[in-house]
Amino acid sequence: MKGYKIIVLAKQVPDTRNVGKDAMKADGTVNRAALPAIFNPEDLNALEQALRIKDKFPGTTITVLTMGPGRAAEIIREGLFRGADDGILLTDRAFAGSDTLATSYALAQTLKKHNAYDIIIAGRQAIDGDTAQVGPQVAEKLGLPQVTYVEEIQEISKGMVTMKRRLERGVEVVKCPIPLVITVNSSAPDCRARNAKLIMKYKHAKTISEMQEANEDYLHLYNDRPYLNIREWTVQDIEVDHNELGLTGSPTKVKKVENVVLQSKGAKVITSSDEDMDQLMRELIENHTIG
Amino acid sequence: MNSVFVYCEIEDGQVAEVSMELLTKGRSLATELKCQLEAVAIGYKLDGIEKEIFPYGVDVLHIADDKRLAPYTTLPHNSIVVKLFQEEKPQIALMGASSVGRDLGPRVSSALHSGLTADCTSLVIGDHEDKKLDKVYTDLLYQIRPAFGGNIIATIINPDCRPQMATVREGVMKKEILDAKYKGTINKLDVSKYTSDTDFVIELIERHMEKSKVNIKGAGIIVAGGYGVGSKENFNLLFELAEVLGGEVGASRAAVDSGYIEHGRQIGQTGTTVRPKLYIACGISGQIQHRAGMEESAQIIAINTDPEAPINSIADYVITGDVSVILPKMIKYYKANTK
Repeated sequence: MKGYKIIVLAKQVPDTRNVGKDAMKADGTVNRAALPAIFNPEDLNALEQALRIKDKFPGTTITVLTMGPGRAAEIIREGLFRGADDGILLTDRAFAGSDTLATSYALAQTLKKHNAYDIIIAGRQAIDGDTAQVGPQVAEKLGLPQVTYVEEIQEISKGMVTMKRRLERGVEVVKCPIPLVITVNSSAPDCRARNAKLIMKYKHAKTISEMQEANEDYLHLYNDRPYLNIREWTVQDIEVDHNELGLTGSPTKVKKVENVVLQSKGAKVITSSDEDMDQLMRELIENHTIG
Repeated sequence: MNSVFVYCEIEDGQVAEVSMELLTKGRSLATELKCQLEAVAIGYKLDGIEKEIFPYGVDVLHIADDKRLAPYTTLPHNSIVVKLFQEEKPQIALMGASSVGRDLGPRVSSALHSGLTADCTSLVIGDHEDKKLDKVYTDLLYQIRPAFGGNIIATIINPDCRPQMATVREGVMKKEILDAKYKGTINKLDVSKYTSDTDFVIELIERHMEKSKVNIKGAGIIVAGGYGVGSKENFNLLFELAEVLGGEVGASRAAVDSGYIEHGRQIGQTGTTVRPKLYIACGISGQIQHRAGMEESAQIIAINTDPEAPINSIADYVITGDVSVILPKMIKYYKANTK
């Protein structure tokens, strides 16, 4: 059956809406362990686009690739529950402190090693950094064309993908040959819900590190059902130049981090009473702010 | 001394607003660093474009003019910028944090292995001492931006890699002509030497660009709503007040994400930056990204049910209460007092 090999680049992100005091480390990097972790929202939009391709071309396989700490395997399972076929967790202390460039290097080297992709698709940006850089940086490192700000993949035929892009001030429809890198906007359709059958099938899917901590009763499962093994790769599994990794491989350095402290400039506090509102509007009219 | 470069975005044969703002910023950085300001313009039928660019104090303008270079597509623009930067070795390169700059910037930084900081809200020159390496770096570009959901302000530097790259949103920097008669030189690039046929694999089938319909940037009065407005319907109250006052309606990202209002009205770090004479923030808590886009408003009225909302700290007037009660009263007493 005809299909495409799709890689979804996904990131587990701290939920930036719930940031406590211990969220930052002394060196200015984020203390991810202290925060609730979620599937980056736009990466879910990307996964949905991949699943729609699979709906049309059932021979399609979807691999979720994520780089992060051990617990990032959670989003690979989340992907499996929604229809992805497998996943790779790229995890190693050597990646700690990576900026977008060092991250894209690690992902690109992983993709070179994996070496089976027609379409690489990612969310436009992650909510913890909002940079929108990793997708294009991976594309450059793999020498692939990129199409960013995609809202809809309209058609795939004769080795060409037709997509609608939603830009700041308009819309473009472009056609790009496979293989390519696509990044997807939040204006694209939301990701479908988890599928009950897939939850049953994959709920015990684990990385090797997770298996070592798992209840022994389940261990036979991983031999009988190979699809429950989530690949866990370290720097040993890909070819890397260590100078390009982590903090060392990151051209950008955090010089300073300031917590946001608000200083009041001494506002007039008024109530919603008729007198106060009347007075406010008079004042604004008198000082020519309005009127 | 290596130059400061600005990538000039061209839309319909004209230099984009954000690029002119960056030329202004680039000029002041170059002056402080005692180096030249150079600009890159890539597009089609660019004759005379220098008249728009030199007045900002541009010393050298690099032009790549070819039918296939407009409208913008990633690969050929990337090839030209990468090759030009390899030849000219800029110390700083600035681009708009627009759909073009955010598509191109990361690609260029990846090819050059240079650091890129997105959506900066401030750019200043400063030094840096690396105590571990016992090394002092002088005249680095401090790239300052809110990060991490707006909970921190980070100063990012690129000590070793060049160019130091940054993107900045439209409206963040001020646009100012340096000298209408400023004389720069033009360097016309031979496009065939900077691009290859494989750069043109992406075919543009359709393109509809709109001048942004909503002009919140130019509005003197902005009535902006946040998540606290509560619904699409409640936004009608904001439209009523804006109409009465002769203003425009804006919104926070939370309101846009909740589907209360269209994206074109978003104000903040990832939307438009505004400086109206009056900003009425309705049900906006006031996260730093939002404040980054409106804190220079001359007067701010914050309406919020939460008396501790962060927006209150930058407000001139704080009204604690429900938007649906307060806005009708504002309309009523405005009308009563202007009769």
